[in-house]
Amino acid sequence: MVDNEPGVLARVIGLFSGRGYNIDSLTVSETEHEAHVSRITIVTSGTSNVIEQIKAQLERMVPVHSVADLTVQGNAIERELALIKVTGKGEKRMESLRLADAFRARVIDATTESFVFELTGKTSKVDQFISLMQPLGLVEVSRTGIAAISRGPEGMKI
Amino acid sequence: MAGRSDEQMTGAEIILKALADQGVEHIFGYPGGAVLPIYDEIFQQEKVKHILVRHEQGATHAAEGYARSTGKPGVVLVTSGPGATNAVTGLTDALMDSIPLVCITGQVPTHLIGNDAFQECDTVGITRPCTKHNYLVKNVNDLARILHEAFYVATTGRPGPVVVDVPKDVQFAKGTYIGPGNIQHKTYRPRIKPDQNVVRAAVDLIASAKRPIFYTGGGVINSGPGASKLLREFVKMTGFPLTSTLMGLGAFPAGDKHWLGMLGMHGTYEANMAMHGCDVMINIGARFDDRITGRVDAFSPHSRKIHVDIDPSSVNKNVPVDLPVIGDCAHVLEDMIRVWKARQHQVDKPALAQWWKQIDQWRSRDSLKYKPRKDVIMPQYAIERLYALTRGKDVYITTEVGQHQMWAAQFFKFEEPNRLMTSGGLGTMGYGLPATIGVQMAHPKSLVVDIAGDASVLMTMQEMSTAVQYRLPVKIFILNNQYMGMVRQWQQLLHGNRLSESYSEALPDFVKLAEAYGAVGMRAEKPAELDDAIKAMIEINRPVIFDCRVASLANCFPMIPSGKAHNEMLLGEDVPDAEIEKAIGAEGKVLV
Ligand SMILES: Cc1cc2nc3c(=O)[nH]c(=O)nc-3n(C[C@H](O)[C@H](O)[C@H](O)COP(=O)(O)OP(=O)(O)OC[C@H]3O[C@@H](n4cnc5c(N)ncnc54)[C@H](O)[C@@H]3O)c2cc1C
Ligand SMILES: Cc1ncc(C[n+]2csc(CCOP(=O)(O)OP(=O)(O)O)c2C)c(N)n1
Ligand SMILES: [Mg+2]
Repeated sequence: MVDNEPGVLARVIGLFSGRGYNIDSLTVSETEHEAHVSRITIVTSGTSNVIEQIKAQLERMVPVHSVADLTVQGNAIERELALIKVTGKGEKRMESLRLADAFRARVIDATTESFVFELTGKTSKVDQFISLMQPLGLVEVSRTGIAAISRGPEGMKI
Repeated sequence: MAGRSDEQMTGAEIILKALADQGVEHIFGYPGGAVLPIYDEIFQQEKVKHILVRHEQGATHAAEGYARSTGKPGVVLVTSGPGATNAVTGLTDALMDSIPLVCITGQVPTHLIGNDAFQECDTVGITRPCTKHNYLVKNVNDLARILHEAFYVATTGRPGPVVVDVPKDVQFAKGTYIGPGNIQHKTYRPRIKPDQNVVRAAVDLIASAKRPIFYTGGGVINSGPGASKLLREFVKMTGFPLTSTLMGLGAFPAGDKHWLGMLGMHGTYEANMAMHGCDVMINIGARFDDRITGRVDAFSPHSRKIHVDIDPSSVNKNVPVDLPVIGDCAHVLEDMIRVWKARQHQVDKPALAQWWKQIDQWRSRDSLKYKPRKDVIMPQYAIERLYALTRGKDVYITTEVGQHQMWAAQFFKFEEPNRLMTSGGLGTMGYGLPATIGVQMAHPKSLVVDIAGDASVLMTMQEMSTAVQYRLPVKIFILNNQYMGMVRQWQQLLHGNRLSESYSEALPDFVKLAEAYGAVGMRAEKPAELDDAIKAMIEINRPVIFDCRVASLANCFPMIPSGKAHNEMLLGEDVPDAEIEKAIGAEGKVLV
C-alpha cells in the first residue's frame, strides 16, 4: 500500500530494476480515493533472502504504507482479467465461442468476423484459454496483471 | 484571511524562513537562473549564511563534511539542469554513507516542465535512486510542509540526502507558511527503540561468548556522541575486543587496549583474524560491506551474529545473522547495558583471557609494519608524523580516495567520533577538499586537514578558491606519489604490473598552484625536513596546499585481495621489494 502521490510507482519500479529484482506482473490502482492510497500488486521471484530484502527495501521507502507477502501468508486469492480478440469464420468461429463458454468468458464485442472475450481467473486459466485461441484466430490480448487479496476476515493494514 | 495574512509570503521567502526555523546557519550553493528568487532572498537576510562554492559537487561534499562533523544536516542550494546534475555525485555519496543532506534545486516553471525548456532536467527522476527521498513542489502552499518534512526524513532513522525541487514560478508565488511544529509523517516511522525481548536474548548471547568481538560502524557515529560513550562503557564492562569499519573510526578510542584497529580489506591482521575466529560477533551499526566480508561464504564461519541496525534492509542483506536488533545504536546500547547490569551477567573470564592471548599473538605480527627509508618519505611515515604533531590538538581529518585514505585510516589514531570525514561507500575521489570547507565552516577554530592524493585532489581543486574567499585555513596535505596509487597497486597485484593510465602525468606544481589561488604552498621531499614543514603548516592561519613527496611505489598492506577470506591476508612482508622495484620500468625511472 502506497501514498498515491506522483512518482511513487516510478520509485517502486526503480527499486526493482536498480537492484536487479525481476517483475513478472504489476498491477496498480488507487484503492481508497479519500485516503489517497494506492495498491501495487507485484509478482516477483527469488530466494527467501531476496524476498526478505525486497520487502525491507520497499518498507523503507518514505511513501510506502505497508508491504505484505501474500505468498508467504499463504492462501491468497489471485485473479487476472484478460481481453482477447479473435477473428475467424465458420467452424473456427463456432469453436472459439464454445470454448469461451466452457471457460466462462463473456463476449463483450462482436462483428461478423470477430469476437472480443472478457475472461477473469487465475493466470494459468487465462494462459490456457489464450493458447487454445491461438489456432482459432487469436489477434490481440490485453491483460491486467495479477490482483491479489488474502482470504479470511483480516484486511491488510494501511 | 486577515489573521493569517502575515504568514503569506513568496515561495522564496518561505524557503529562507523554513531554513531559519530549522536552525540552519550555513548553506552551500551556486546560483543560476532557476534559483534567482531564492538568491534574492538570501541577499536580504542575515540568519542563513551562504557559502559560494566553485562547482555544485563541491557544495554537496562541503555539506557532507559539515554534517558529519556536527551531526546536523548539511544544506545545499543549486540551480536547475546542470546545477542539479553536478550535485548527483555528492547526493549518491551521502546516500551510501548515510549522511543527512537537504538539497534544494531550482526547476523551470511548472508550465514548462516536460518541454525541454532551457536548463531543464528531470531532477526528481535523476535523483530518485540517489536520495533517501525527493519532492517536486508544484504548489507553493505545500512548500513549507515539504521542506520541514525533508529535514525530518533526512535526519531521522538512517540518515540520507533529500532533494526538494522547486520550480521558479513556485518561488515567486505567494502562499502560506507553516512552522516546523510537530512533523508527523503519514507513513515514515523509523524504529528507534528496540524490542526488549530481542535485547535480552542478545545480552544472553553476549554473556555466553568465549571468543567475542565488537564490530562497529558508521551507525554509532550517526547515532550521536551518546552512542560512542555507551559503546565505551559496554566494552569496559565486558573487556571484549573491538574493531571498527572505516566509517566508524573514532567512535571508540584508538588508544584503548581493547582496540584492534580497523578491519576489512586494509584492516589489521588481528582485527580480521579475530573476526574470522570469533564465536559471537556483535555488529553495532555496520552493514557487512564487501570491503569487510571478503568472500562471503568464508566470512566468520563459526560465529553467532548479533546485528544492531536502524534499517531493517541492512539486516540479512549480505550476511545472514542470528539476532537482528532493529533500533538506534544509542538506545540499543543503553538497553543492553541496563539488562547486563540487571541480570548481573559475568563474562567467561578464563575463556576471554585465552582469547586475548590469541589476539595478542596476532597483534605481534605487527601487520602495519613498513620499511622506513632515509632518502624518501614513506607515506605511512608522513601520516604518523602528521598524527604525532597534531596530537592533542582539536583536529578534523578528511580524505580523498585511494592509498592515502587507507593509510590515514591505519596510521592516524582517532579518539573521538565525527573527526574523520571520508567517502567510504561510493569512494568519491575529490571528496576531501570540499569536505574541509564544510568542516572548517562549522569549526572555525579547529585544525582541518585533508589527507589527499595527487590524483584525487585535482578533481575538486577549484574549491581552493572557496577556501581563500572565506578565509578558511584548511590544510590540503597531499601524499604525492605521482600515481593513482591504489589503481597502480591493483595493477601490480592483478594485472601483471601493466600500469595502464595510472601514472599522474603532467601534475601541476602544487606550490605554485596554491599561490595562484592566493593560498600558501609548501613542499617536503625528505624525511628530515618533514617535521618542521608540518609544524609550519599547522602554524599558518591560512589555507595551505602541502605537497608531500612520498615514495611513489609503496603499497598499502595488509590487504585481503578481493574474493579472498579474512585468513588469506596479504601482509607487507609477503610481497618482496624486488617485486615492487620491478614496477619501475625504464620510462618510469626517467619520470619519477
Ligand atoms: C578504497 C577504499 C577502500 C576501503 N577499504 C575498507 C576497509 O579496508 N575496511 C573498512 O572498514 N572499510 C573500507 N572501505 C569503506 C567501505 O567501502 C564501506 O564504506 C564501509 O566499510 C562501511 O562502513 P559501515 O559498515 O560502518 O557502514 P555505513 O556505511 O557507515 O552504514 C552504517 C550502517 O549503520 C546503520 N545505521 C545508521 N544510523 C544508525 C543508527 N542511528 N543506529 C543504528 N544503526 C544505524 C545503517 O542502516 C547502516 O547499515 C573502503 C573504501 C574505499 C573507498
Ligand atoms: C571519481 C572517481 N574516479 C575513479 C575512481 C577509482 N580510483 C580509486 S583510487 C584511484 C586513484 C587515486 O589516486 P590518488 O588520489 O593519487 O591516491 P593514491 O592512491 O595515490 O594515494 C582511482 C582512480 C574513484 N574512486 N573515484
Ligand atoms: Mg597518488
